Amino acid sequence: MTDTASHRHIPDRLERPWQRLAKSWEALLFVVLVAIFAINCVTSPFFLDPWNLSDATFDFTEKAIMALAMTFLIIAGEIDLSVAAIIALASTAMGAAAQSGAGNAELVAIGLGVGLLCGAFNGWLVTGLRLPSIIATIGTMSLFRGIAYVVLGDQVYKGYPADFAYFGQGYVFWAFSFEFVTFLALAVIAGIVLHRTIFGRVIYAIGNNPLGARFSGIRVTRVKFILFLLTGLASGLAAVMLTSRLGATRPSIAFGWELQVVTMVVLGGVNIQGGSGSILGVVIAAFVMGLVTFGLGLLNVPGIVMSIIIGLMLIAVIALPIVARRLLHQRKAA
Amino acid sequence: MNRMNATPPRNRFTLAGMLAQREMLLLAAVIILLGAIATRFPSFLLPGNLANVFNDTAILLILVIGQMVVILTRAIDLSTAANLALTGMICALLNAAYPDLPLAALILVAALSGLVLGAINGLLVWKLGMPSIVVTLGTLTIYRGLAFLISGGRWVNAHEMSASFLGFPRAEIFGLPVLSWLSLIVLALAWFGFKRLTVGRDFYAVGGNPTAAVYVGIDVGRTRFIAFCLAGLLSGISGYLWVSRYAVAYVDIANGFELDVIAACVIGGISIAGGIGSVGGAILGALFLGIIKNALPVINVSPFWQMAISGAIIIIAVIINVRAERSQGRRILRQPAPGAVTQGA
Repeated sequence: MTDTASHRHIPDRLERPWQRLAKSWEALLFVVLVAIFAINCVTSPFFLDPWNLSDATFDFTEKAIMALAMTFLIIAGEIDLSVAAIIALASTAMGAAAQSGAGNAELVAIGLGVGLLCGAFNGWLVTGLRLPSIIATIGTMSLFRGIAYVVLGDQVYKGYPADFAYFGQGYVFWAFSFEFVTFLALAVIAGIVLHRTIFGRVIYAIGNNPLGARFSGIRVTRVKFILFLLTGLASGLAAVMLTSRLGATRPSIAFGWELQVVTMVVLGGVNIQGGSGSILGVVIAAFVMGLVTFGLGLLNVPGIVMSIIIGLMLIAVIALPIVARRLLHQRKAA
Repeated sequence: MNRMNATPPRNRFTLAGMLAQREMLLLAAVIILLGAIATRFPSFLLPGNLANVFNDTAILLILVIGQMVVILTRAIDLSTAANLALTGMICALLNAAYPDLPLAALILVAALSGLVLGAINGLLVWKLGMPSIVVTLGTLTIYRGLAFLISGGRWVNAHEMSASFLGFPRAEIFGLPVLSWLSLIVLALAWFGFKRLTVGRDFYAVGGNPTAAVYVGIDVGRTRFIAFCLAGLLSGISGYLWVSRYAVAYVDIANGFELDVIAACVIGGISIAGGIGSVGGAILGALFLGIIKNALPVINVSPFWQMAISGAIIIIAVIINVRAERSQGRRILRQPAPGAVTQGA
């Protein structure tokens, strides 16, 4: 990549906003989303039902909430592969607390607190000790889930308070679940912070050129530390929701989710090497992944086949624009 | 060769010196680990048991070499274990369906299918310029999914496998199983290749400083492609070995093993930023994990501790490695800017 020097095409005038929008990644994803929605409607008579659609959201909102935080982190040029392991550890801590009779408020506080602590540990490794985040978080991924295994072994924590189920199973109004409403609210907040605040611009600056950002007076390490905290907190929140939804904690909870979360973010058009991406893209990508999984589920397609489709989508969605751009360039050059 | 001038001769001497030092440090850690185990269970150090531990780590060693080549070129291969599962499944199904097929043909099929899967990764990285972490994240799920599709989710058990299929890695030559010998051959070839072959040096140059590598006349993309092919080939061979050794093939074999492989590389001092690492380090990194895995049940620690311990070791190892890399530049082609080391191309 570094060897293919790209010569820049400088246009005479800027494209109109709607032109840029039409050519954007988000527009492409949205078309894909509409297509998937339409296909689902045709192939399954059970799809287009508000309660059914509401059920569909449960499967991806927890991952999507983590993906929102991961978006910030990846745009800043870092990554956190330990998010699913944080869920395991936070859920184990909540389970242990529930055994000794903790109430709802304590459980939520413990879930979020453990997430925050794990995020702080990751942040310290990356910003304090200056470890590459991909390796540091592979390490903490084993460490966090490993602690959950040490505590639980092959046991299960059950016996959460009855009203604890609200966070994962409750509805705010009509078919809108607590999980889904929380996700939408967080998505709006994340979008505003990333695209409309100085903090958001700073994240892009760091992702594009950390050294340049430092020379511009941006506290790069502090911002990165905050982003790891946020990712930990989001994982803690996801842990509260998932534990509440399942009503039980095993150490294998949310196994392999980190890859799905990263897939969601990359599918949403965020550059895995940092510097670009948008919340809107990630939100649409979350819906795309959720609806594909749910629609195939209605057709009785096994989960592992869905994962093939998700994998193909991840590669195709990134490869196709590259191929298209190359073909376009060839035509221009000819 | 002109290209070899990429390594300034003066630097090479100090490089060798420091490599020796790093490996000595790791060797000392392995010996201390063995000593600590021996204080409670002296029989752990009996040659027979050590040979068992080595045999148990043999597949990890082979995979670590494949991963090392990829990481050296500043890329990463997350699909190693999925590749292993798919090729292992192909072998097992072929063996179950055609028990008369000679073993050599099966191993060839395993090696070739592994090579093809690796080449797919490599082509996507080379021709489309996609980040390797994204490519292999995708193929990781695709390859394992394909293992499900071709098997229909069913298990291939020992009684369906032919005697020669199961017996080959277990056959003993000079007191060591073939499995151990195979890993020794791979290690020897890797050592020779990295030291003496142009392409071996290219891997270091590409990872150490891709821009300079281009100026020196090395095709960075093609070198990465070769690295992925090699990793795929080794994963394919490991696929057969794994299925034969554990005498069972199912979709989830070696699930998550790619992280163990990367962990062994990191412990062995192979820099995730590319361009730094040695076969000796890789061996010690893999053995370190292998010894711990084998020792835990012996010293009566619940196997549930293993994950947490290896996580802690990865973190400690990477802290030590990053410190060492920072204090002394060890790449054969130095990169001026220290930024953007987190994700390979």
